[in-house]
Amino acid sequence: MKISEIIKVLNASIACGEAYIETNIERGFASDLMSDVLTLDTDKMILITGLANMQTIRTVEMADVQCILFVRNKQISEDMLKLAQEHNMVLLQCKYSMFNAVGKLYQAGLEPVY
Amino acid sequence: MEFVYEVEGGDFTKAGNASSAVKKTLKQLNVNPKVVKRIVVALYEAEVNIVAHAYNGTIKVTINSEHIHIVLDDKGPGIPDIDLAMQEGYSTASSKVREMGFGAGMGLPNMKKNVDELNVSSEVDKGTTVEMITYL
Repeated sequence: MKISEIIKVLNASIACGEAYIETNIERGFASDLMSDVLTLDTDKMILITGLANMQTIRTVEMADVQCILFVRNKQISEDMLKLAQEHNMVLLQCKYSMFNAVGKLYQAGLEPVY
Repeated sequence: MEFVYEVEGGDFTKAGNASSAVKKTLKQLNVNPKVVKRIVVALYEAEVNIVAHAYNGTIKVTINSEHIHIVLDDKGPGIPDIDLAMQEGYSTASSKVREMGFGAGMGLPNMKKNVDELNVSSEVDKGTTVEMITYL
């Protein structure tokens, strides 16, 4: 599933990384615990989270994840945006709850990591 | 070659700066991306631990053709029972640390999983030393 389709399914807004929205994403992982994200070894993955701080961006940098979806209308700070842009990440925001966003993406064909 | 980074306890805005710099260096040295990921995940967990628990610390990274050797040395409260701290799910992290997405007792087990050798030594009220070795 392309990032552009994820945007459509969730009526999401894009904070940065417009140039990469045709990138293919195969799996989704939803977590507010960054240590759990750091246990994964999965390519072409999107992180779905309600945790919006610098450690979210740092975690996906270390885990080689390119795209983050922030749910529950969480806001992205200037510092987060700057760091994400430095690493060519795509940051998305949507107003849905985690459960709702994950349900919609699963229904649209996004696979789980496990 | 050798690199040294300073880490300040309690400052979460900078947590990960050293790991990020190491990642950049390893990529420039053309180290296998899968190996780079394992090393920086372990290092990042360890760096977050210094920020979360210690007053300050240093990270020393030594790279040669055979291995990548990282030593994290902190001044802090130390770990009274290292075996207990190594258990998945055991944590003494504050609510502030948990708000940052850590503190679920996964850090040390995560480090162990991602490096070839992990040695932890600690003295209560003095500090902790974490040594991580990855063979190339």
